[in-house]
Amino acid sequence: MQIYLPIAEVSVDAFVILGLGGAVGFLSGLFGAGGAFLLTPLLIFLGVPPAVAVGSVANELIAASVSGAMAHWRRKNVDFRMGGVLLAGGLLGSGFGVWLFGILRKLGQIDLTISISYVLFLGTIGVFMLMESVRAIMRHLNKAPPARRGRHPNWVRALPLKLRFQKSRLYISALLPFGIGFFVGILSAIMGVGGGFVLIPAMIYLLGMPTAMVAGTSLFQIIFVSANVTFLQAVSHQTVDIVLAAILLIGAVVGAQYGTRFGARLPAAQLRGLLALMVLAVCGKLLFDLVVRPADLFSITVAPVDL
Amino acid sequence: MSARLALRLLFVVAAAFAAPALVVRPAAAQALVADISDHLVAITAGFTGTSVVVFGAVEGEGDVAIVVKGPERDVTVRHKGRIAGIWVNQDELQFVGVPLFYLVASTRPLSDLAPPDVLRRHDIGIENMRLAAKRAVPKEENQEFREGLIRSKLRQKLYFTEPFKVSFLTGRLFRSDFYIPANVPIGTYSVEVYFIREGQVVGAQTIPFIVSNAGVGADIQYFAHVHSILYGIIAIFLALAAGWGASVAFRRI
Repeated sequence: MQIYLPIAEVSVDAFVILGLGGAVGFLSGLFGAGGAFLLTPLLIFLGVPPAVAVGSVANELIAASVSGAMAHWRRKNVDFRMGGVLLAGGLLGSGFGVWLFGILRKLGQIDLTISISYVLFLGTIGVFMLMESVRAIMRHLNKAPPARRGRHPNWVRALPLKLRFQKSRLYISALLPFGIGFFVGILSAIMGVGGGFVLIPAMIYLLGMPTAMVAGTSLFQIIFVSANVTFLQAVSHQTVDIVLAAILLIGAVVGAQYGTRFGARLPAAQLRGLLALMVLAVCGKLLFDLVVRPADLFSITVAPVDL
Repeated sequence: MSARLALRLLFVVAAAFAAPALVVRPAAAQALVADISDHLVAITAGFTGTSVVVFGAVEGEGDVAIVVKGPERDVTVRHKGRIAGIWVNQDELQFVGVPLFYLVASTRPLSDLAPPDVLRRHDIGIENMRLAAKRAVPKEENQEFREGLIRSKLRQKLYFTEPFKVSFLTGRLFRSDFYIPANVPIGTYSVEVYFIREGQVVGAQTIPFIVSNAGVGADIQYFAHVHSILYGIIAIFLALAAGWGASVAFRRI
């Protein structure tokens, strides 16, 4: 069934969009990552203009992460204190990121910046996660005792403003999660993603949070960061397509519920390994596109016009 | 619609006969009368493209060429080069007032109709289309960027290299069907009809038409632009409500 998207100004098959939303929502419930890093490129591939894809996916992410966060909250798997500190950094970082985005766009290199950022981050994180989860699975198979959670290096322990995060059983400086939030905020603005795929590994490996807490807390933080991005995009660029977001979110909220349930039954190490493989697949595709000679070396950009 | 079209055709034919006697016009304009089936293409929620009919009548022997083009915008063409193994946008050239949609229809191949300079003067055919670059560059470079632009538009299926068919129904009446695709940009378009005899344009008429959003889609678009703050807030709250609603609904199951 073809449906016309008023802001994107293209016709798309509503069922394709619905299925796409459902699949990505399932992943978001499973891993706590919003899945926007998959959804945005897929929408662009379907012919939705990149700017509209970014704005509408941000809008859809709100619904998916509310739905997912509530499911985790019922299982008492959200650390609100940690989420709040991450969020404070995230809001500041996304503001800075929007400013940076404007400069890069003027230079005509925003697409390249986006692709290279994706390749670097997805590649690093994917390899790291995959190695870690393979080690964890091997340990499990050898019936060896689980390794102790990573101790923080000395410079982290020396940071001021220490806070006790009871749910995560951590006593660390608030500057560390704040800094992570800020950095992820910049990435969300430039790459048009919720940032879960960067945030989750950072929470596990840098902060040393328990895996069970990570998905819920990340989703909680993403609700507010994506609401911020939706608002900024709607006001400054009018690139939020409410019809596209609505179709996506119907699929996504349903998918997220199933994802959360399914995730509760999967062992954590396998789950992380699966996410790592997916992250590496997207990274590989993007790297391939950067390195292989494009079919046409010329591309066009049409100047926008005010209504 | 076919009834309306038939009525219109009848009117046009009548007008063609009556024109010399009734209306004072330049001599060239009298040789040709044309119109189109729809002056407004409304893009609604279910829009998957539509066809538009150009029809008219000519006085005497000759050929008809039709150019459909619209809306004009500035287009930046970028050229990629290889830096450290990665393909990067390097040079760019901006063209001013480029039609985002362009097609041509004719009774015979364009090269048989008129010499290249006549076709160029009237922008008939993609290769004869005027594209003005914003900055002066060597001729070969301009040509490369121009061809790059046209290839991009062909990929979007908004330009067409092959001329569409214009057929004569009788010796005087002609008609041509062309297709407006689903991804057509909104804005003002024009249908330019040329009556060509012995390599010269002896009659020309320009008929404007508008492609615009209609129905709920147009309302949403208007609201998004005019009340963008409210639109953003509504978008956020709809998403919050949907996420919360789904979460509650699924707890019961």
